[in-house]
Amino acid sequence: MSLTVDLTEPFVPTSGSGFWRRALKSRSLVAGTIIIGLIALAAVLAPVISPYPPDQQDLFHVLGGFSSRHLLGTDELGRDELSRLTYAARTDLKVGFLAIVFPFLFGTFIGTVAGYYGGILDTITMRIVEVVMAFPFYVLVIGLVFIVGTGVRGIYIAFAVADWVVYARAVRSTTLVVRELDYIAAARAGGLSDLRILGRHVLPNTITQGIVYAMSDIVLVIVAVVTLGYLGLGVQPPTADWGAMISSGQDFLTTKWTLSTFPGIAVAVTALGLSLIGDGLSDVLRPS
Amino acid sequence: METALAVEDLTVTVARPSGRFRAVDGISFEVAKGRALGLVGESGSGKSLTLRAIMSLLPAAARMDAGVVRLKGTELPHAVRDVRKALRGRMAMIFQDPLSALDPLQPVGAQIAEVPRRVLGLSKRRSWERAIELLRLVGIPDPARRARAYPHQLSGGMRQRVVIAIALAAEPSVLLCDEPTTALDVTVQAQVLELLEDLRARLELAIVFVSHDLAVVRQLCEDVCVMYTGRIVETGPTPEVLAHPLHPYTLGLLDAIVDLDHPVAAPEPIPGALPDLEQIPGGCSFHPRCFLATEECATAVPPLAEIVNAPPSHRSACIHSDRLRAG
Amino acid sequence: MLRYAARRLAAAVVVILGVTCVTFLLLHVEPGDPARAILGEHATPQAIQALRRQWGLDASLGSQFTRFIGDLARGNLGRSFVDQTSTSSLIAARIGQTAALVAIAAVFAVLITVPLASAAAIRKDRLADHVVRALSVVGLGLPAFWFGIVMIEVFSLQLGLFPVGGWGSSFESHLRGLILPGLTAALAIVPVLIRSLRVGIVEVLEAEFVATLRSKGLGELRVLMHVMRNALIPTLTLLGVNIAYLIGSTVIVERVFDLNGIGSLLLTGISQRDFPVVQAVTFVLAIGVVLVNLATDLLVAWLDPRIRLG
Repeated sequence: MSLTVDLTEPFVPTSGSGFWRRALKSRSLVAGTIIIGLIALAAVLAPVISPYPPDQQDLFHVLGGFSSRHLLGTDELGRDELSRLTYAARTDLKVGFLAIVFPFLFGTFIGTVAGYYGGILDTITMRIVEVVMAFPFYVLVIGLVFIVGTGVRGIYIAFAVADWVVYARAVRSTTLVVRELDYIAAARAGGLSDLRILGRHVLPNTITQGIVYAMSDIVLVIVAVVTLGYLGLGVQPPTADWGAMISSGQDFLTTKWTLSTFPGIAVAVTALGLSLIGDGLSDVLRPS
Repeated sequence: METALAVEDLTVTVARPSGRFRAVDGISFEVAKGRALGLVGESGSGKSLTLRAIMSLLPAAARMDAGVVRLKGTELPHAVRDVRKALRGRMAMIFQDPLSALDPLQPVGAQIAEVPRRVLGLSKRRSWERAIELLRLVGIPDPARRARAYPHQLSGGMRQRVVIAIALAAEPSVLLCDEPTTALDVTVQAQVLELLEDLRARLELAIVFVSHDLAVVRQLCEDVCVMYTGRIVETGPTPEVLAHPLHPYTLGLLDAIVDLDHPVAAPEPIPGALPDLEQIPGGCSFHPRCFLATEECATAVPPLAEIVNAPPSHRSACIHSDRLRAG
Repeated sequence: MLRYAARRLAAAVVVILGVTCVTFLLLHVEPGDPARAILGEHATPQAIQALRRQWGLDASLGSQFTRFIGDLARGNLGRSFVDQTSTSSLIAARIGQTAALVAIAAVFAVLITVPLASAAAIRKDRLADHVVRALSVVGLGLPAFWFGIVMIEVFSLQLGLFPVGGWGSSFESHLRGLILPGLTAALAIVPVLIRSLRVGIVEVLEAEFVATLRSKGLGELRVLMHVMRNALIPTLTLLGVNIAYLIGSTVIVERVFDLNGIGSLLLTGISQRDFPVVQAVTFVLAIGVVLVNLATDLLVAWLDPRIRLG
């Protein structure tokens, strides 16, 4: 996976009020947050706002059109589309965010350490990264899911193994730049221990970098979770998941094409919101 | 003496988030055929923008708002496309960093030959021959072989000669130079300056030479204009201006230099700092940093004028110049 | 150039070695008995024993690995668990389709990205730029496979322009059958490419030598040609980096469009728990990525005189 965010300049952690003011001025950030906020709200309140439980089948009303009882119609098993969409939001958002935690933490940590100490540690880490990156992302993830089993657990493990590398590589680049900055040299000359320098000076920088990268990575992760669902390798039925909905809807393109289309639009809008947040965040954090 | 280039009331504005600001404010000067004019000032004084405005190579944020440029008496049009067409071959410009000024993917000979080929319409073979001639003209040894080299394979000095060769390829009458020696070693600097002098004499080029280095200007240019915050504050024959500066800023610049020929106790920096584009002081823009300043100085921009008892070609934009003249 | 090529080759070999090890180890990722993991929860002890013996899992890890390497060297990628056919022959039969898909997708990706990124870079901060950037932000979040389905709906079902799936028997129908899939796969990477290429072109445009080109008196079109040539190099590099993603996405695209490439072989292998097939396809795809990356690096090195001549 590669998402090229401009990594040539280190991010400087900005303090307090300056940050919030700039954040509010960034149109992307505001728009994105609103979008995600709404979707997240829908997801969290799913049990409350959904007219029906997502699994409730009604075999007398399959493939129903839009009606007052079912705002968005029903799927091939008579389940209410709207309910399934909101529950799927719940599932996919939760899985997406959780799946990214380990790669983010581990990747950022390893990238920082490798970049800072350099030498053999760096070489080995980068070779490992290259090997992992040689495997096309989906192939690796699918292979891992195959091995460890499908379902949510499989997703978490698969992403843990496949996704940390992008963070490691990106953060390492930043660390290489930060390492040469004057104030780091001054800290070193002043006799501060490496650990302290890492913790106090280098890490805040690289974590910020990692966060910005995470915002664009989360888009790919959510799309990947949905893709795995489509392939039947991700979230397992009957749990509602956008990908699975697209997959089962594909058989009914001629009769009720909204079954496949709406979940996709949901993913696209979610991803758009996250991208906007990512763009806005990177603009706000970059000291330009 | 025939005037090769005349600039009148040139004004360039730059867009910033908070508005448009003048970076070059109504400057005028003339260069005669076969003479060199130096444009001196600190970074940010607007000298580079001046050249770029004349060549119509302004960056996106800048715009030439006013002014007339006359090349050999003919007024140049305003619209960018028309200006470029009118300039083709008659005026050329060389830049500061020869490595980034050259296309890394083409051999230098091809980059020179492109001018006679596309601009003058010569045949491929003739263009290549001309390129080799030009390389010889600018003093590159073994030009036929060197023409096939790529920019990264040549030394800094040679690259700058190539840049000069490109500039001369269409036989221009005016050569604009934007700090071409700044990025070079001192010894190489001297060689390039010598080359420019030689070319100026042989080809009767009119040269406008922008630099922040007074020593370089002293060597090459008969006349000099000193710029500060987008205005010309002093102008005149170079030896005259440098020996008897009539503007406090020029005096400050000279005092700030260590001159081995005329050692002074210690170089004195000019107090204060160059104001940012958005915060140029009213009246004479130098007055906050000026030891001669009086209340009057803040009220109006002093015009560039002749000073009593100084040769008429030596003009200064300071109402207190007479005090400098005396002392 | 030669030294650079040798270095890249050596690095590629190291990566291939790594890929080999990882592929081998895939079998051993899950703690516990790999055979049980493959056969699933309800396998009988006898079946597990039989599988272990068949795969030599009862031997030491070291000797297993040696045997694995030996097999690989002889082109033996194992036998399908389902019907005992050699996986290499299964792959060979289908690799053409996937390769064609990847090629067409790459072509589409370039054809779409280059004009859009150039327009955005040249008209930076103007309307065209904003439109292109908005499109790529939206495109990033669009699941490519979903968009493929939408295209099937529109172009195949409604407009009848392309087949819904499969790729027919004649060369002509091969191509027609690959257009929508190729487009879908391309759209997976186009947004990222546009973003990066646009930045690359902007950087070139703002470089000093463009000012030199203009001051030479060249027409704007010719200046643009020089700019594009310079921007070609970062484009190729970019494409090479993203090709891995492209190759990986064929797995999904082949499912959407019901094609018979090695991607769908992988998925079939997974659903049938046919481990040798999964292992073999993973290996081939990874090697493919390494080779494409190597080829791109070498091509770029050859095109750029700064690297070629040192």
